[in-house]
Amino acid sequence: MAADNRDKRADDAPDIASGRLDAARYRAHFGDLHPVLAREQALVEANRCYFCYDAPCIEACPTGIDIPGFIKKIATDNVVGAGMRILEENIFGGACARVCPTEILCERACVRTAQEGDPIQIGRLQRYATDPILDAPKHPFARAAASGKKIAVVGGGPAGLSCAHRLARLGHDVTVFEARERLGGLNEYGVAEYKVPGHFARHEVDFILGIGGIAAKTGHALGKEISLAQLRRDYDAVFLGMGLAGVRALECEGEGLAGVANAVDYIAQLRGAADFGALPVGRRIVVIGGGNTAIDIAVQTKRLGAEEVTLVYRRGADDMGATEHEQEFAQVNGVKIRHWAKPAHLFAGNGHVVAAQFEYTKLDGGKLVGTGEKFSVAADMVFKAIGQSFIAGPLGADALELENGRIKIDANFLTSVPGVWAGGDCVARGQDLTVEAVEHGKRAAMAIDAALRR
Amino acid sequence: MVDLSVNFAGIKSPNPFWLASAPPTDKAYNVERAFRAGWGGAVWKTLGEDPPIVNTASRYGAISYKGLRVAGFNNIELITDRPLQVNLDEIKAVKARWPDRALVVSLMVPCTEDSWKNILRQVEATNCDGVELNFGCPHGMSERGMGAAVGQVPEYVEMVTRWCKQHTRMPVIVKLTPNVTSILGPARAAVKGGADAVSLINTVNSIVSINLDAMAPEPMVDGKGTHGGYCGPAVKPMALFMASEIARDPECKNIPVSAIGGIETWRDAAEFVAVGAGTVQVCTAAMHYGFKIVDDMIDGMERWMEQARYDRVADYRGRAVKNITDWQYLNLNFKTIAAIDQDMCIKCGLCHVVCEDTSHQAVASLRNNGRRYEVIEAECVGCNLCMHVCPVEGCITMKRVDTGAKPLNWTQHPNNPMRKEAAE
Repeated sequence: MAADNRDKRADDAPDIASGRLDAARYRAHFGDLHPVLAREQALVEANRCYFCYDAPCIEACPTGIDIPGFIKKIATDNVVGAGMRILEENIFGGACARVCPTEILCERACVRTAQEGDPIQIGRLQRYATDPILDAPKHPFARAAASGKKIAVVGGGPAGLSCAHRLARLGHDVTVFEARERLGGLNEYGVAEYKVPGHFARHEVDFILGIGGIAAKTGHALGKEISLAQLRRDYDAVFLGMGLAGVRALECEGEGLAGVANAVDYIAQLRGAADFGALPVGRRIVVIGGGNTAIDIAVQTKRLGAEEVTLVYRRGADDMGATEHEQEFAQVNGVKIRHWAKPAHLFAGNGHVVAAQFEYTKLDGGKLVGTGEKFSVAADMVFKAIGQSFIAGPLGADALELENGRIKIDANFLTSVPGVWAGGDCVARGQDLTVEAVEHGKRAAMAIDAALRR
Repeated sequence: MVDLSVNFAGIKSPNPFWLASAPPTDKAYNVERAFRAGWGGAVWKTLGEDPPIVNTASRYGAISYKGLRVAGFNNIELITDRPLQVNLDEIKAVKARWPDRALVVSLMVPCTEDSWKNILRQVEATNCDGVELNFGCPHGMSERGMGAAVGQVPEYVEMVTRWCKQHTRMPVIVKLTPNVTSILGPARAAVKGGADAVSLINTVNSIVSINLDAMAPEPMVDGKGTHGGYCGPAVKPMALFMASEIARDPECKNIPVSAIGGIETWRDAAEFVAVGAGTVQVCTAAMHYGFKIVDDMIDGMERWMEQARYDRVADYRGRAVKNITDWQYLNLNFKTIAAIDQDMCIKCGLCHVVCEDTSHQAVASLRNNGRRYEVIEAECVGCNLCMHVCPVEGCITMKRVDTGAKPLNWTQHPNNPMRKEAAE
């Protein structure tokens, strides 16, 4: 039988191939997961909003968007007014409309969730309102009178660009230093393609830079081309928003084998791909981890044509970083999720990974322990998605105080070093959400502005 | 066993649901489709003298309210635009094919006795069940001295009604316009003229919207528009009021009423029967959904009557009239206050903000372990605004408070300088 032959072959050489699907299938798999609402749909949805007093959804939004306010404007066809109400609070309103886990934020707080389990589709309405502004030729925000101050922003992701935009609005001149080739951070490199398809992330970056007063220097990494000490000398203030550069290790045998990769690297490769059909993907994939990155790599490899994708997480479903909605999405896409097992050994065949062995786990007095019982899953590729870590080295001699391995900040996002603020995933605050990074950048900008004008 | 059949001013109908004189009743084709769907009767679209009038394109305007289409409807269509004889022939044929249905013919001719005498003679020959005098059409025809131009002058109403009663054996229904200060003026005139029944309301003068790009009203005819007649769900409360006014008025002498105005469901119809209507007429709902809506009107009314233990429509007709009174007779010592069911509350806060902003500051907004909204009983006047804005049916109810005081109305109230002494 053919299947037997293939299994036999897997013992010798990994089954990794590109072009597993036809072009139409790739387009469908990596196109917009939730296309923008048509006007009729948006009006029906907007009119479902009760326009709550002291609306719980506003409180649930890390950027504090006036959600009932913008929805009411959609209902009156004041779409630009609605979009501006969003962008005033969150310049990444377009990305957040696409990537926010609304099911644990605004939409969970929506009173209709309590009433009937069916919240207003706030994320989709937000996209309906912001798309036209991002597509308009003119940037909608004006800059305040020039302050004469120069600020360095390290990291061109949501935190850094949110900070840069707000600083530019307030009249300051900003230089953004980005280590990678392009701005955008995880929106550009780290999110599942179908959530932010095409070149939306670049489009949004262009929109944000459209305000003027922001110079972007890509290929400038802290600790290499630039140093914090130099930036502190050359600029009136520094904002650090460089995210998490490290990837946690599995700490099991076989981690260094060919075919074992970091999920974030493969996602970045996928997002930069001109042709999804050209990406090599294994027939059998094992993903280790339980966060959104684990879900994103699992679903995307499945959508690239992998036959079996198994996601293994060391604890239970409730402990996963990925929301219930995300877990369900993975399962609907044919990803098999296995709980309560940790990696024990990655087996090699001719120097390439062929299988992953796991040990069952259980809680013993609140501590996670292995039970000794094991199982193996055949794998042509193994992806590590067990989280990222902050790497402090590039900060140099200007040692910033850390907290839980990340940069320590005060209530105003000021670090332990005067003149240096920080926000986003690199600081010890929040759940590493895009929307939180945007808020950090915005609030740090306002704190920097207040400090510089003092 | 519930029996929906009615005898309305001598006109027999298998149920009280008629189609009003309007576009749905302009041709045999439409009327027969309606009868096949189950409608008990139809009032044929208004006939006039030849040559026929000419209609415009477009003809309708509509109000969409928060995604609900045709919450209010408006038209600038005139009476039938087909030759008189074509209509008469079709009416005769339809009546012959559907003898059990009520077929009434709406009429509108110039205000001369000969005009009315002449058309009545021709209509009588169709063997239809009755005529309805269109004194209500608010646009176009009224500019020519017909329709509402007659209906707004009680003397004309009485005069034309009298002519019609003299020149036909058929029951005469007078259709009233709501575009008057009081419906009782023309209603009483119809009674004086000898009308067998009245029907109301015709459409309300209206401009449904202004197109802000064209700076012209909708519907637009080559860049211009005109006021039309408003109807549909939005006008039902006005129609209910006017029908109840006639039912309560001694001078109207319990004249049979065929109610019209935003009726879409069996419940709407039952409400009109409760204020005295003998039949109801429907147009907008049929123009929105087609004739099939009559199925639930019949079925729903039968089931409701069965559980309410009414055998015939007449058993509950007018039952609500005695409870419709003048404000001055309402009991001022009757008290209620709002009560919020905290288990049902979804924390939208609308009860608080509307009371705080627009009423009596009687709903507190609290924060202890989450949001909580509580009625401040000492401040609550029982207006019930919060109950209406609450999106959860049954979450806010009005609880009666026993004040111990005897009923007291305005005519007896000490604050009323013109109070009557309370009877001992």
